[in-house]
Amino acid sequence: MAMRRNFMSAMSIVVAGLLLLPAVPAAAQSSAEDIPRTADGRPDLNGIWQVLNSANWNLDPHTASQGAVETLGAIGAVAPGLGVVEGGQIPYLPEAAAQRDENFRNRRTEDPEAKCFRPGLPRATYMPYPFQIFQTDSDIFVAYQYAGAVRTIFLEERVDIPVESWMGWSNGRWDGDTLVVEVTALNGQAWLDRAGNFATSSLRVIERFTPVGPNHIRYEATLEDPNVYSEPWTISMPLYRRIEPNVRLLEFKCVPFAEELMYGHLRKPGTGPDEGGEGDE
Amino acid sequence: MNKLVSEFWHVRRCTLAAPAALAFMLACAAVALAPAAADAQTAQTRAGGVPRSSAGHPLLQGHWTNSTVIPMQRPEELGDKAYYSEEELAEFTSRRLVITETTPGTNADVHYFLDDFGLDRSQNVLAVNRRTSILIDPPNGRFPEPTPRASELMAAERAWRSEHGYDSAANRPLAERCVVWAHEGPPMMPVGYNSNFQIMQTADHVVILIEMLHDARIIPLNDSAPPGVGQWLGSSQGRWEGDTLVVETTGFTGETAVRSAGGVPVSPEARVTERFTRTSPDSILYEFTVDDPAMWTRPWSGEYAMARLDGPMFEYACHEGNYGIANILSGQRFEEQQAAEQAPESQ
Repeated sequence: MAMRRNFMSAMSIVVAGLLLLPAVPAAAQSSAEDIPRTADGRPDLNGIWQVLNSANWNLDPHTASQGAVETLGAIGAVAPGLGVVEGGQIPYLPEAAAQRDENFRNRRTEDPEAKCFRPGLPRATYMPYPFQIFQTDSDIFVAYQYAGAVRTIFLEERVDIPVESWMGWSNGRWDGDTLVVEVTALNGQAWLDRAGNFATSSLRVIERFTPVGPNHIRYEATLEDPNVYSEPWTISMPLYRRIEPNVRLLEFKCVPFAEELMYGHLRKPGTGPDEGGEGDE
Repeated sequence: MNKLVSEFWHVRRCTLAAPAALAFMLACAAVALAPAAADAQTAQTRAGGVPRSSAGHPLLQGHWTNSTVIPMQRPEELGDKAYYSEEELAEFTSRRLVITETTPGTNADVHYFLDDFGLDRSQNVLAVNRRTSILIDPPNGRFPEPTPRASELMAAERAWRSEHGYDSAANRPLAERCVVWAHEGPPMMPVGYNSNFQIMQTADHVVILIEMLHDARIIPLNDSAPPGVGQWLGSSQGRWEGDTLVVETTGFTGETAVRSAGGVPVSPEARVTERFTRTSPDSILYEFTVDDPAMWTRPWSGEYAMARLDGPMFEYACHEGNYGIANILSGQRFEEQQAAEQAPESQ
């Protein structure tokens, strides 16, 4: 019975995928004339953008499931998703797949998102929060709402890349109407989603931002990491412009919300939130 | 703009040329204080010599530092003396640009040496002017009196912290927790090291990325309504007044207990006005006024020069690398446990 259910859901994913396939080229065709452009004729990516999908729960196709914290009830439940990986699944090497499973088991405490650590790339793009692109006369700057993460995309290629970091180093160039960004020098500590998908510091990400209309960008990212994957693989998804007239990227300083998880075991005995203790700010 | 000619020096650059610290410091100080062709430079600036954006405004984009030897408040013995002479400034600067010696056995001695990492102020590009203090109003260069309400809040905060300051991570100071640092403002203030900024500029936004804590202040240049929800750094709105970018910030959270000045809180009613004027290819004049009647008996204002850096700026991952909180709390728990074990049996 269980097998049959899995078979059925796998079939429905395949069918849904087939139905969706023609939609992508159609969207791509509608580009060129009706996208905003800068004075020098480049696509103008300025604005606040956000994804509408469940990629942050799991990049691979997944059915709905219980979340890591049962006490949150359905609020913490994993929403279902068709997955965003072209060709279906992340091509893990066997040992890396075991590490992904280990990550999944420890996700409540070890997902860097739970600790309010910076999301790295490409995860920053498909967190369920907005981000804002600032396209200046020279470089491009991106501010992400979650954890106040940021990155600069250097359009004059810089090769003097310093140490590894959470958000890595982004060099960009225009390929027609597509902004192509190569991200390297990632520190390998970020995860790719809440399901424990991951990479190491050998990860190289090639991102492609292609406007397909005034309010939509097609986002693609190819991930290469010979320590973890048998071959490079690609995710793709639309970015939607936030069009509310009063929209702003607000502060989401999440450190205060991660402290009990990270340091609760070191608090003074008897002062916990459920122990009638006083004193927290 | 006349005062720029007379009062501000063209900013000098100090780069670490030799490992011999003393020789370096002297060389650096000499370069920093050489009263070169400041007037000529500024005259050119007034003639429109600053770079401009495609929208025609002065270009603020780039990397900047507000690292300075000038203190926030004027030393009391200087009275109403607002400016040093060139000789006095040279003497004062050389005195301030000394790599700090630490005393064996102190906390400072087991902390890393800032100069090992190029973080000591003497190793930085400095923003130089002849001011004796960053504060310029009140005219004595000192903070005005806080209100009785502010004094009451600060006293309560001190009492609470002395009793509960080590109970949990949430009870530690904001900076230690990597939530927000006092110098981020607004107004933005120099801090002991990494006093660096990256400014981005589009037709309708200016963004100021503050290296420590990696906060990006997003400043819309339009009339959109403030968001109406409190934020740690407030909500900023900008406009060009001629060649000066004027930024008004309101909407602070009111949770910010220790900010900007001597631990005086920032109330939700506070209004901070900042003015950015690119006075030369290598400097920005930064002026600010804090108006917070709930906390201060009168507004106060200040100014300093920002000096241009080549960049780039690197990621400052404060919270991700914050081993301090766990160490501080576990140290405190250990001490409590030891005290309990040594207590008399009768208790």
